[in-house]
Amino acid sequence: MTTIILFAPLIGALICGFGHRFIGEKPAQWTATGLLFLSALLSWVVFIGFDGDMQRIQILRWIQSGSLSTDWAIRLDRLTAIMLIVITTVSALVHLYSFGYMAHDENFRETESYRPRFFAYLSFFTFAMLMLVTADNLVQMFFGWEGVGLASYLLIGFYYRKPSANAAAIKAFVVNRVGDFGFALGIFALFLLVDSTQFNDIFAAGPELANTQLRFLWRDWTASEVVAVLLFIGAMGKSAQLFLHTWLPDAMEGPTPVSALIHAATMVTAGVFLIVRMSPIMEFAPNATAFVTVIGASTAFFAATVGLVQTDIKRVIAYSTCSQLGYMFVAAGVGVYSVAMFHLLTHAFFKALLFLGAGSVIHGMHHEQDMRNYGGLRTKLPYTFWAMMIGTLAITGVGIPLTSIGFAGFLSKDAVIESAWGAQSGPGMYAFWLLVVAALFTSFYSWRLMFLTFYGKPRGDRHTHEHAHESPMSMLVPLGVLSLGAVFSGMVWYGSFFGDEAQVDRFFGVPTHTAAAEGESVAAAVRAAAEGDLAEAASDVTEPTSGAAGEQAAASDNAESGEGAEPDATVAGWAPGSGAIYKAPENEVMEKAHYSPVWVKVSPFVAMLLGFGAAFQMYIRDPAMPGRVADAARPLYLFLLNKWYFDEIYNAVFVRGARWLGRFLWRRGDGSVIDGAINGVAMGIVPFFTRLAGRAQSGYLFHYAFAMVLGIAILITWMTLGGSN
Amino acid sequence: MSSADFSTILPEFLLALYALGALLFGAYAGKDRRASMLLWVTAGLFVALAFWVGVSGHAGRAAFGGLFIDDAFSRFAKVMILISAAVVLVMSEEYMSRRDLLRFEYPILVALGVIGMMVMVSAGDLMTLYMGLELQSLSLYVVASLRRNSIRSTEAGLKYFVLGALSSGLLLYGASLTYGFAGTTLFSGIIAAAGEGTISLGLLFGLVFIAAGLAFKVSAAPFHMWTPDVYEGSPTPVTAFFATAPKVAAMSLFARVLHDAFGGVVSDWQQVIAVLSVASMFLGAVAAIGQRDIKRLMAYSSINHMGFALMGLAAGTAFGVQAMLIYLAIYVTMNIGTFAFILGMEKDGKPVVEIDALNLYARNEPTRALAMLVLMFSMAGVPPLVGFFAKYYVLTAAVGADLGWLAVLGVVASAIAAYYYLRIVYLMYFGTESDALDSTSQPVLWGVLMVSALIMVVGVVNLFGIEGPAAAAASALVE
Repeated sequence: MTTIILFAPLIGALICGFGHRFIGEKPAQWTATGLLFLSALLSWVVFIGFDGDMQRIQILRWIQSGSLSTDWAIRLDRLTAIMLIVITTVSALVHLYSFGYMAHDENFRETESYRPRFFAYLSFFTFAMLMLVTADNLVQMFFGWEGVGLASYLLIGFYYRKPSANAAAIKAFVVNRVGDFGFALGIFALFLLVDSTQFNDIFAAGPELANTQLRFLWRDWTASEVVAVLLFIGAMGKSAQLFLHTWLPDAMEGPTPVSALIHAATMVTAGVFLIVRMSPIMEFAPNATAFVTVIGASTAFFAATVGLVQTDIKRVIAYSTCSQLGYMFVAAGVGVYSVAMFHLLTHAFFKALLFLGAGSVIHGMHHEQDMRNYGGLRTKLPYTFWAMMIGTLAITGVGIPLTSIGFAGFLSKDAVIESAWGAQSGPGMYAFWLLVVAALFTSFYSWRLMFLTFYGKPRGDRHTHEHAHESPMSMLVPLGVLSLGAVFSGMVWYGSFFGDEAQVDRFFGVPTHTAAAEGESVAAAVRAAAEGDLAEAASDVTEPTSGAAGEQAAASDNAESGEGAEPDATVAGWAPGSGAIYKAPENEVMEKAHYSPVWVKVSPFVAMLLGFGAAFQMYIRDPAMPGRVADAARPLYLFLLNKWYFDEIYNAVFVRGARWLGRFLWRRGDGSVIDGAINGVAMGIVPFFTRLAGRAQSGYLFHYAFAMVLGIAILITWMTLGGSN
Repeated sequence: MSSADFSTILPEFLLALYALGALLFGAYAGKDRRASMLLWVTAGLFVALAFWVGVSGHAGRAAFGGLFIDDAFSRFAKVMILISAAVVLVMSEEYMSRRDLLRFEYPILVALGVIGMMVMVSAGDLMTLYMGLELQSLSLYVVASLRRNSIRSTEAGLKYFVLGALSSGLLLYGASLTYGFAGTTLFSGIIAAAGEGTISLGLLFGLVFIAAGLAFKVSAAPFHMWTPDVYEGSPTPVTAFFATAPKVAAMSLFARVLHDAFGGVVSDWQQVIAVLSVASMFLGAVAAIGQRDIKRLMAYSSINHMGFALMGLAAGTAFGVQAMLIYLAIYVTMNIGTFAFILGMEKDGKPVVEIDALNLYARNEPTRALAMLVLMFSMAGVPPLVGFFAKYYVLTAAVGADLGWLAVLGVVASAIAAYYYLRIVYLMYFGTESDALDSTSQPVLWGVLMVSALIMVVGVVNLFGIEGPAAAAASALVE
């Protein structure tokens, strides 16, 4: 079944991309969409029926070279299952949505068949993304990683007649290359250290890596730290984290469905997925995870500030995505991987919803994207308005404080913020405060978007406003489905991702710590794990927190003894990698997060209210106020408007330098030296000898005879002299 | 002369008998009216002899006390000589008869030349060597000036004759020196006298002179000067003949002398051959660029190719000889195909040899142009065509013999040479508008061209299994 999920999009892409000439455009698009819906349906079946045990489904042997043995296999565990539903659901809905959105496009001529190409790219992207998340080893994952990069490149540059789209596509590709370089180095390092790229082998070696020294660059490092940082650099590129984020806002040049699917819900979360997948390495790299936390929190803050002043509706949401990705990295960085996944899941729903809603607005407003030209669209686009409202409520985190009732973002974002506090460390506190402020900003820019778009008086071109129209059903249905996700996904899975520890462990198929606390032997725990009896084992424990310290001490003892004595038991019961995520025995962040003070729990809600109030004040009650504020703090405003001048700095430092070097090598190196040498040989030296040979070939017999005699004289002389030596 | 001796030279003997008989027949029974028939019979006889020689699986044996050697090496060379001569004869029939050149002596002279070549490659003694060489040369001198009423043709014949005489003089001088210092003309005696590793100065002189004489025959630089003029002046079918069988014979004889007579002092002659090889490769590559006449171009092309064949020889190993034989076989096949193309070039019934006449040839004759394209690419050594493998073999042999510098120079030279091969292709496909050539319908030429081109493509599979016989031939020569 997983195989079908995996290959249905590929088949769809191939049929749609190459077959549309034979079966027609519409059938080709329906084929791709239909196969995607099939894949989505099966994904939900897999997700709901999944019992937490890791399964491995071999597809084929791929690379066999020396000690490198790479299979093409599906690793199906809870992480994969979560990603499966996220990817296939959003992708299927985006396929459907694209029927309406891509129906007419002024970037293409009437006769051009661009739609099957678009659908084929979308399906191909889905396949590559599934390849990434189902990977059983790093090489396969890298394949998917590059595949989504390629699809992203193709789709950002889909309007290939627009120079800005081409530039954005190239920028995305190049910036991702920087991250991929780190990722590739990480893979090499792991292969060097573990001699395998299989996740199972790598995870089992996690503790060992923490005690290994690795020479890298100029000094020795702890191996696990180096590997973790390198992998995180890859994740930074893909997930647009600070310093490698510049491509994501530009990527909005692509069609809006692409932004929803690739640059909000799925591909950009691949980095988060990678970190969570590599949790058995991350857990042994405290410095690296601190780095992850700091970068994540800084990104969340930075992107939120930039989002405050952007006027392009898609760019606001793009910075919002960037910011929310930072939240996820914070959760992963402090060691609460389940919460990172939780936020990933809920974010996929509400961010896809926001993007598709924005797309609906853009579609209705004839491809106008500047929010200053919107206003009062509430009545013109009623369904879109309600969908966007739900999305906004979800992203800003509306809910009833201190309960687990609320929109999806309320539950997952608060969980992230509580986890940051629960880390009880320097980076954790830094992240906590930045995230709370970012939550305020999130609320502000989200409501600002809503107010500018749907409230107030119509601004901008009157003609456009008069012809503004609600989108067709094919676009509204996906909005409706995603709205359901944005409302309920948080409440439904709160317990599974951020409930009590036993429940979370069970959900992720982690052999729980509490099983050992029963006083049973390791072997019994292993047996229980093997029989899939975890639920029973865990349910016996009524008060999981009371003896946490003792249990975990026992657990770590067991881990140590088990390692030496019974390697099999280690793998099955206690070693990293047997569950979907791994938490070190001493990792109690989630416990502490649960028991954080009330002010901590309420703070994001308060921030949200403040943000809402500010937005309401500035955009409903006193629409002139934003202008006054911007004038009053002009430097700050410009600083934010120009995105902290990152593009300018990069341009000055990297782009110009690279251009200079390229121009130098081209003009001087290639042009003068290489071409010059070749031209000199081909047009100067060779013809010279040709003329010489032609002159020697005079046609006179005595010249020929003379040449022969000369030749033999030289040969004789040379041989005699050479022979005497 | 024992019966064993006789059976060893039976093919040559039969061919000689046939040549004399055909001469009498032709002289008394109709002269040139019989020429066409004689030509086909001769070609048929060549093929039959090639078959006979090819399948006879004798181990190496010597006749007349070592004067004549019949081994795998000589058989390999003989098959190449006979088949290429037969194909060239068949190709020339229509061309010559239309231009009133088809004398009945032509096939007979070719037959006599072939006898000379067969004796050359079987030579086990300096005397046999010289006899075979002169028989071959005298036939070729006459054939070169076959067009008696053309100044170019007689000039070609005369130049060839005079310079050939000079080279024979060099060779004879070397042979006499060798005899003087070794005390014998038998190769087996010379190799014993030359000893291992060291060589007396007299023998060295003899070796160099003999090498110079043979270099003339393979048209290796700097003894190549006759080649362009003779190729240009001779009737085109004769040029095709010059470019194929005699080259095989002379190169094989070269290998025979160097390995059988001087095999103990490889390091002494290795440098000479390497220098000849480099000079030929570069001269053939550089001088051809300026040519406007396709026959002269082919002359330089063959000089260049002989340089590569010499590279295999310069390796001084059994593998080097094998590479050389494979190179020769592929070279001959390519050349026959190319000359089949050139023979078909005519305008208003007159032969055309200007390269510029090929402008946009592909428009009128796409199939022939495509075949020519394949042949030119193969000549240039573009993978994956067979011509690439020819070069690959000799380069491998050179590298294997620690002559890396030679291999590098060979690659450079082949890059230069690629220019003029590709230029022909360029003209055929992208040239400028000009008067089109006649579209000829000569089935023989067409067939030869197509088969040759097809071999260049299909042969990449296993080179038609030529490696095995070539290896056997090489190991028969180099123990």
